Amino acid sequence: MAALGYDVAHLLAGGMVLVSFMLLYQDRMGALLNVFALHATVLALSVAWQAYVQDAPHLYVTAFIALGLKAILIPSALRRIVQRLDIHREVETTVGIGMTMLVGVALVALSIVLMLKVTVGVDPLGRQDLAFALAVLLLGLLMMVTRRNAVSQVVGFMSLENGLILAASGARGMPLVVEISIAFSVLIAFIVIGLFLFRIRERFDSVDVTTLHAFRGDRT
Amino acid sequence: MMRAATLQIGQTLLVLLLAPALTGLVRKIKSRLQQRRGPSLLQPYRDLWKLVHKEAVVAENASWLFRVVPYLIFAATWTAASLVPSFATGLPFSTAADLLAIVALLGSARFFLALAGLDVGTSFGGIGSSREVMIASLAEPALIIVAFTLALIAGSTQLSVIAAFMTSGEVGLRVSLGLALVALVIVAIAENARIPVDNPATHLELTMVHEAMVLEYSGRHLAVIDAASSLKLLLYVSLIAAVFVPWGLATPESAPSQYAIGIAGYVAKVAVAGALLAVFETTIAKMRVFRVPEFLGASLMLALLGALLMFVTRSL
Amino acid sequence: MGALESSTGTALDVALLCIGGLLGTGVVAAVVARARYGPRTIYGACLATCAVLLAVSLSFLIDGAATESRHLPIGLPWIGMHFDLDLLAAMFLVIVNLGGVSASLYGIGADAEEREPTRVVPFFATFLGAMNLVVLASDAFTYLISWEFMSLSSWALVMAHHRDDDNRAAGYLYLVMASFGTLSLLLALGLFAGPSGGYAFAEMRALHLEPLRAGLVFALVLIGCGSKAGVVPLHAWLPLAHPAAPSHVSALMSGVMTKVAIYGLVRIVFDLLGPPPIWWSVVLLILGGVSALLGVLYALMEHDLKRLLAYHTIENIGIIVIGLGLALAFEAGSIGWAAALAFVAALFHVLNHSLFKSLLFYGAGAVYATTRERDMEHLGGLIHRMPVTAFAFLVGSVAISALPPLNGFVSEWLTFQAILVSPQLPAWGLKFLIPAVGAMLALSAALAAACFVKAYGATFLGRPRSSAAEGARETHSSVRIALLALVVLCVAAGILPGYVIDAIAQITDRFVGGRMPVQGAQAWLTIVPIDAARSSYNGLAVFLFTAFAASAAGFVIRRVATGAIRRAPAWDCGYVDSSSALQYTASSFAQPIRRVFGTWMFRARETVSMPRPGEIRAAHFAVVIRDLVWEWLYVPIERLVANVATRADRIQFLTIRQYLGLMFVTLIGLLSLLALTQ
Repeated sequence: MAALGYDVAHLLAGGMVLVSFMLLYQDRMGALLNVFALHATVLALSVAWQAYVQDAPHLYVTAFIALGLKAILIPSALRRIVQRLDIHREVETTVGIGMTMLVGVALVALSIVLMLKVTVGVDPLGRQDLAFALAVLLLGLLMMVTRRNAVSQVVGFMSLENGLILAASGARGMPLVVEISIAFSVLIAFIVIGLFLFRIRERFDSVDVTTLHAFRGDRT
Repeated sequence: MMRAATLQIGQTLLVLLLAPALTGLVRKIKSRLQQRRGPSLLQPYRDLWKLVHKEAVVAENASWLFRVVPYLIFAATWTAASLVPSFATGLPFSTAADLLAIVALLGSARFFLALAGLDVGTSFGGIGSSREVMIASLAEPALIIVAFTLALIAGSTQLSVIAAFMTSGEVGLRVSLGLALVALVIVAIAENARIPVDNPATHLELTMVHEAMVLEYSGRHLAVIDAASSLKLLLYVSLIAAVFVPWGLATPESAPSQYAIGIAGYVAKVAVAGALLAVFETTIAKMRVFRVPEFLGASLMLALLGALLMFVTRSL
Repeated sequence: MGALESSTGTALDVALLCIGGLLGTGVVAAVVARARYGPRTIYGACLATCAVLLAVSLSFLIDGAATESRHLPIGLPWIGMHFDLDLLAAMFLVIVNLGGVSASLYGIGADAEEREPTRVVPFFATFLGAMNLVVLASDAFTYLISWEFMSLSSWALVMAHHRDDDNRAAGYLYLVMASFGTLSLLLALGLFAGPSGGYAFAEMRALHLEPLRAGLVFALVLIGCGSKAGVVPLHAWLPLAHPAAPSHVSALMSGVMTKVAIYGLVRIVFDLLGPPPIWWSVVLLILGGVSALLGVLYALMEHDLKRLLAYHTIENIGIIVIGLGLALAFEAGSIGWAAALAFVAALFHVLNHSLFKSLLFYGAGAVYATTRERDMEHLGGLIHRMPVTAFAFLVGSVAISALPPLNGFVSEWLTFQAILVSPQLPAWGLKFLIPAVGAMLALSAALAAACFVKAYGATFLGRPRSSAAEGARETHSSVRIALLALVVLCVAAGILPGYVIDAIAQITDRFVGGRMPVQGAQAWLTIVPIDAARSSYNGLAVFLFTAFAASAAGFVIRRVATGAIRRAPAWDCGYVDSSSALQYTASSFAQPIRRVFGTWMFRARETVSMPRPGEIRAAHFAVVIRDLVWEWLYVPIERLVANVATRADRIQFLTIRQYLGLMFVTLIGLLSLLALTQ
């Protein structure tokens, strides 16, 4: 039973990494939001499984928050924003998609090396799950760095959050308070970002970051 | 000894006879999903019979290579297909070539087909061959790296040993296997010229890859090439089934009833795979040609990630 | 690693006599080459001598005889010249002389087209003699002298057609790089032997260097031998110089001289230097992987047939260096049997590459001889006009693309098997590097197949794109004999690899401390590199089954159905296509791959300028490719050297007082240095 528990947790963590790569691969906004919903669903499944294995009922609440908020509410809200602001449906990247994925593999390798060196003596699957969580975090960061569109950067930020929650749920004894605060901050950040997007769009007719960059005052 | 030889010959003939049926099944299910009745399941056999009896029309400036290539492709694909365990492991011919050799045999078939596309000197053959080698330059490395991952998990590159290892249950749920499965499915779609990479039923030249290379073939040459394509599809399906769904495979010590179960299980697996392929092809649209390298690049990256994980965690 | 038993035996003496004969033939040829049948006689003499050398070294290798040595009192009085014939040297002698035999056969056939035989024939003989001498050399002095001899005679051959600007530029670059390589080898061997050491290899073997000094020697040897072999980034001369030489010399340079450079690397790193640290294998693996990938990508962008083949040499050298790197890694990790496997894979690829590269260059040479065209964009349809050459080139292309059942596949397969053993290595860096190198190897194999579809398709298939291609004729009979002999060897090495592996495997014990299982003992001529449960391959079975399947299919269909054929114009979707300019060219074939890989690797850009309506000019299409290694490494160094030289030039124009002042300052400086360090 314990072996199966480890295996399923391991598989779900690996699934998160796989879906992060799928996020990097998308080139259309609608598909991107759908895959992000999938990302959050896999996160919810992983947290729920951890709740079952660790016998920690408060994690079920976290899973439910992840499912309701990040898998259903936020993607549909972002879809509405995309529609209302008439943002480009195409995801513009700074580097090619192939190159982004190659850097992604290198980042996963880096996180594996780091985690396996730092956590000597912990059980092997736990180490790999931490490595996967760090990888999801780094891949979310990579997505924020290589996308020009503000909405895709927001999605990258969200997947970064998911990686944090994955790591937190893997370790035992993470209290719910932290979860609620994280969820709250996400919600607030989302409202603020949405507001800003609306204002930016009104002012400058575009949310493309390179266009906005030209308006910075201290540009040399 | 006699038993082993009979079983090997049986497997070789089984894949040859079953291949057109798989193609027919995929076409039938696709038609049904598109609200058509579709051709009968036996239509591919009838098509092959008809083509073989027709006179082959060959271009005036085609060389001897053009006429020999269909048989070479067929031979390479059939050899590779008879090496993949379908209903039993440990058959005698399986020690002659392992998974890497199977990948390379498919590579030779593709090499000769691309040459045949260039032989007549038309622009359609050129477009088919150049796109085909672009797709192959990414799909074949992905396949080799998937072979690495499987070899590292099972401790061998022999398909029989890999299949036996997967059946034994020592494996557990591994992320590398999942990544290898995704990569292998993507490569299988690309190599068999299926939607979203290529359309096997297209009549528009600019969307062709495989069809453009065989545009000049007719009669028995075309029949042999079609048989080879069906064999290739069956090969990939058998490969995925033998590695990821290996239950029901008979071993060298099994009783004869076990072989009957193995054959029945194999036919069932092939049918299910054909149905899944048909559903997948119907629900997804064909990609632009230059989106395909990104698609295959993703498969290569996933395969590389799977192999990397195996390399690193092997000693943990 | 057994003790080195050396004795003076007949094999070495015969070999040395033959080499002397070759050098002498070179001298004689300077006079005789002008005569009517002069070149043919010289080539015949080379052929006979190389055949004798081949027989002697082959029998030595197969017998697994003990090492022989000989010390000749010529040259420097306190060293003399040492020569050693051991199993490694015997194997490389086989490779050199196989190349020599086939090149001489080619020369006999092709000499009618050679316009300047006096510039080619004498240096051809000395080139062969020098290469043999490098392999047999057993002390630093002899080694360097023979190496220089080899470089200079090949340079003379590159400059044989010196009226062409491109050839002169190629020759200049070659001379600079060769001198640079010899300089680093000189430094390496000098550093190795040290101030008090003896220069004989036997004495150097007994020295145990500190890690820093050993590392420095390794780096210098890698630079010296690597630049001759064509390892990236020291490869820039190879694609210019190899095509500039006459075709049989190109085959010798690509197929054989690069292997002699690999011999030098193996001899010094595996034999003379002691147990290796891990970082040596990391360097070799990285350089090998990058060379393999970069070589084949360059080749894909090329449409000059010979230059394409030269770039492929870089790729194959990369594969060999990967094998050597793996062998070093396993040796450092004390896994002897795996080191033996990797070493055998590398040496097998050395043999294979010399076979199929020579074959391909002879084919390209035959095409050039009859059409005077090296550009694939002007060839086409040659399969109808040159059937034997086309068939041989096809076999060579299949072999170099590592497709079963030919020999290229076997060595690549063995390398992959060695890669699959590497998780057993403890070092962390290797755990990440080796799968990446494996991916690079797989990628370069697939791209090589693509490149040869392009090369063969554009040159031999399709319709002729120029009148030169239309008028091509089959080559001379001796060239055809050389081509077919190499075809037979490629097929034999692919179908019966067990015998080749057994012959090579005897070498590994002394160098890496392990051995592969004996292949001759396996059932049905299968090869089993590690363990029967692990992996096995039977080239003969695959070949027989494929041949049987193909002929059975043809026979059955002919019997049961019909064998009728009708010739008609090409279907081409109903278009009437009369111009051969409408078929795919080599660069259009490579366009998808150029777009995927070339955009970031070579900054490949295509420019199209279409005439506006009403303009009469032709449309123009251009592809611009930048060689980033050249721009980032060679050009800055060249500029730096030019700057320093310009500044240093001022020393020529000082006054007498300034010269005196210079000497005074130097003297004071040295005296104060002496005062400080006492």
